[in-house]
Amino acid sequence: MISSVSSPLAACLALLAAWLAVGVAGLVRPRDVRYAGRALFLVGALIGAALAVIAARALLAGTTESLVLPVGLPDLPFHTRLDALSSAFLVLLGAASAGVSIFSAGYFRGGETLASGAGTAPGLLGLQYHVFLASMGLVLLADDAYAFMVAWELMALSSYFLVVTQHRIPEIRGAGFLYLLMAHVGAISILLAFGILQGGSWQFTFDAMRTAHLSPAWAAAAFLLALVGFGAKAGLVPFHVWLPEAHPAAPSPASALLSGVMLKTAVYGLLRVAFDLLKDPVWWWGLVPLAAGLLTALYGAVFAAVQTDMKRLLAYSSIENVGLIFAGIGLAIIFLGTGSPALAALALGATLYHCLNHAVMKSLLFLSTGSVLHATGERNLGRLGGLIHRMPSVAVLSLVGALALAGLPPLNGFVSEWLLLQSFLFGGRIPRPFVDLLIPMGAAVVALAAALAGYVMVKFYGVIFLGQPREPSLAHAHDCGILERVGLGLLALACVLLGLAPVQVIAALSPVTRLLAGSALAQHGATWWLLAPVPMRTVSYGPLAVLLVGGIVIALTVLMVRLFYHGRVRRARAWDCGFGALTPRMQDTAEGFGQPIRNIFQSFFRIERELPTPTDRQPRYRIEIADRLWRGLYEPLGRAVEWLADAVAIVQRGRLSTYLLYSFVTLTLLLALVLAA
Amino acid sequence: MKTAALAAQLLEIAVALAAAPLFLGWLNQCRAWLSNRRAPSLLLPFRQLRKLFHKDAVLARNASPLFRAAPYVVFGTMVVAAGIIPSLSARLPLVAAADAVALVGLFATARVFLSLAAMDVGTAFGTLGARREMMVGFLAEPALLMVIFVASLISATTALPAISEHLATRTLTIDPALAFTAVAFTLVLLAENARIPVDNPATHLELTMIHEAMLLEYSARHLALMEWASQLRLFNYACIGFALFIPWGIATREIGPAGLALAVPILALKLAAAGAGLALIETVSAKLRILRAPEFLATAFLFAVLGMLVRGLLGAPPSP
Repeated sequence: MISSVSSPLAACLALLAAWLAVGVAGLVRPRDVRYAGRALFLVGALIGAALAVIAARALLAGTTESLVLPVGLPDLPFHTRLDALSSAFLVLLGAASAGVSIFSAGYFRGGETLASGAGTAPGLLGLQYHVFLASMGLVLLADDAYAFMVAWELMALSSYFLVVTQHRIPEIRGAGFLYLLMAHVGAISILLAFGILQGGSWQFTFDAMRTAHLSPAWAAAAFLLALVGFGAKAGLVPFHVWLPEAHPAAPSPASALLSGVMLKTAVYGLLRVAFDLLKDPVWWWGLVPLAAGLLTALYGAVFAAVQTDMKRLLAYSSIENVGLIFAGIGLAIIFLGTGSPALAALALGATLYHCLNHAVMKSLLFLSTGSVLHATGERNLGRLGGLIHRMPSVAVLSLVGALALAGLPPLNGFVSEWLLLQSFLFGGRIPRPFVDLLIPMGAAVVALAAALAGYVMVKFYGVIFLGQPREPSLAHAHDCGILERVGLGLLALACVLLGLAPVQVIAALSPVTRLLAGSALAQHGATWWLLAPVPMRTVSYGPLAVLLVGGIVIALTVLMVRLFYHGRVRRARAWDCGFGALTPRMQDTAEGFGQPIRNIFQSFFRIERELPTPTDRQPRYRIEIADRLWRGLYEPLGRAVEWLADAVAIVQRGRLSTYLLYSFVTLTLLLALVLAA
Repeated sequence: MKTAALAAQLLEIAVALAAAPLFLGWLNQCRAWLSNRRAPSLLLPFRQLRKLFHKDAVLARNASPLFRAAPYVVFGTMVVAAGIIPSLSARLPLVAAADAVALVGLFATARVFLSLAAMDVGTAFGTLGARREMMVGFLAEPALLMVIFVASLISATTALPAISEHLATRTLTIDPALAFTAVAFTLVLLAENARIPVDNPATHLELTMIHEAMLLEYSARHLALMEWASQLRLFNYACIGFALFIPWGIATREIGPAGLALAVPILALKLAAAGAGLALIETVSAKLRILRAPEFLATAFLFAVLGMLVRGLLGAPPSP
């Protein structure tokens, strides 16, 4: 037995097993909130933190090792491998899950799930939760297609059960079914991709796939299948429809893991296939994820802006971020395929950085919606408001998340967007006519999506936390408990640190880009506070300096104002142009705040309006916004499947004699065939 | 050397703080002359700031700490931005900390805080203003980024001082790409600084205001800081325009007192010209309906995209 100190891979596997054990331990007393809901989740958080530390050390040390596990089928043991790519994503998994688990320890107090008798017991929830975590870890460590698919399916199933925690609600069952369906469509595509990747050797270890020789057409087919499969999991348009249904349906910590971490395993899968298994991606492959990613980013941002449910809003914002990540991957493939590994490393660095950022900031915001949900029982933005007074700690911590997600300096969301924009600006150097013209235009789409993200976050934060409470019941909202605060606080701290120490993060990600693109992320003009990873250019960004100078200026301003003038404050009624009769109803609702977006991007939506007429006794205003793809793509698809099923049903008579006849005819035909041969 | 650079940095910030209200005063004077009114004093913005600072602050009862902090954050952001933009000198210590993209990010930070503060009290006007401001912002921000990208494709960097140095030192040709982007930039400047055709800084007419609607609940020192910050924003935008389109006269090579001493009057000259030009545009154009503002900004965006396409199609203009 290898000691865990010398082998980070064995240690990681042991931690994954520990997660499983924690999950199983919950079954001993599943209805005990203190034991199954609190203590076990804290142990799970510790395991997550340990995983992050071990993976980070392996990443910095540049460890690559593999191990064959004696589990699985007799001839198909699980191959596992830890390299820079899997370490980086393990850090993401461990760190995000640590924060989420601590929050969960305070969150699952059984109130919503047990009192109504409608949900899953905390112990069972813990089992699903920890199996989900462990399977995500195994996806990242798998080194053969068999282990990968087993872990992938385990991840899909355990997360399905998390999504349908409140399975008595029909909408949630529907969302879960849609999720399961899309997960399996994606899984089939991935399976086919692996089938091509083995290249006729029938060896399904990743090592064999790395050395297999594929013709260009087959390689492209494998890449596109993998893109579809992983894209379906990540929520790439047009496979995104399950995401805004399933993510809000799950309990908030599970939503956080789904959005923050699980989407990134899909990103990991695509990176693994495109850059590792298919050694040399052809440049034009990159155009597909680039175009799809940009479309997805815009689509997600526009839809997020018109949502009225806070968790759906965040789910659409996840789609936007996935789009940015896939655009980065596409750009990296194009750069690598046209012989600029340094630029590919830059684009990959932006992508990986964004994965990390999105994991922490989206988890933070989903968790804070959980706290709001617990405190108010409301998910509808139109019934919230003014919570900054009732829930100050949640308000402050989610402000950090909202500003980060809006991509504002000096927080973390800005750094990865900056890197992505910088790499887009090199698009003009691609030695392919026409493409070199179009790719810098992609920067425009990224800029538009990023700016829309700012709009979305102002809406999210402003409507939930600012203004006057829109419902009288909000006066009884309470701030979240200490464990929830710690969980939120850790994630907010991660947002700040990832934003302020980009140089160190980039240095840590450098082994990954070296593995995938063959080029490290070099600092040009090395200083510890000035991020300058852009090759051939003298461009830098120092968030610490910006924050420091800004802080000094603000402090000086406060001081000067107090010194030269005074700090007197008088409280009075809101001025509001002297109007006087101010009611909470006069604030913008979520619909109102999204109205400009609805007007500008009309063609994106299918809008159904019900407008009151002047003669109505009880005027009603209703507006429904739907995804055009539902009617345009999925409903015809569903009808086609039903039609096909009906066609097959013709032979299914349900009578024994008919089936016996089928058998008889088949046998006779086979006999005739054998005799003829 | 270090202290000289630091002194130059502080001088630049001080000049920005002083020049921003003056620039607005000059703009208002020009507008008054152009519309045959008697012009107010150049120093009027200063007097207003002074008056506001002396007053007692009145806050709405349900104003949160965010409402009180926002003016300081917005003002601080604008001061940092003023320190980053090469208005007097291109060789300042702070410029390495933020390139043009980060600068746009800083503007966005200020805008987000302004909008959040406007939503804080929960009045109809506040949220209306915030929504409109964010609408203008999310359309103007990509346009501004595209303007910067065109300039950065020409000069192969997104660092503003390096861009302006590169543009100032090359041979003088009319670059069609830059011409398109200059138009785009002017449109963005008008929109982002709440000038006519998108917003009317002089109005308190409920249905048309954007910027003023957000400031309705502010008074005294908070209002003063917000006003000063928006004056700084106008000044900053003007200086970005100078750095991109008329970069001559910014002290580049050395941070000697001589270079700076020359840069100050040149900046004043540019500001005077820009103020007169802006006043002319504002006088001859009418305010757009708010529903038309997206078209206005889409035009700006398209001009910038055209600039980029022209740049890509024609390549670099002939070099010496």
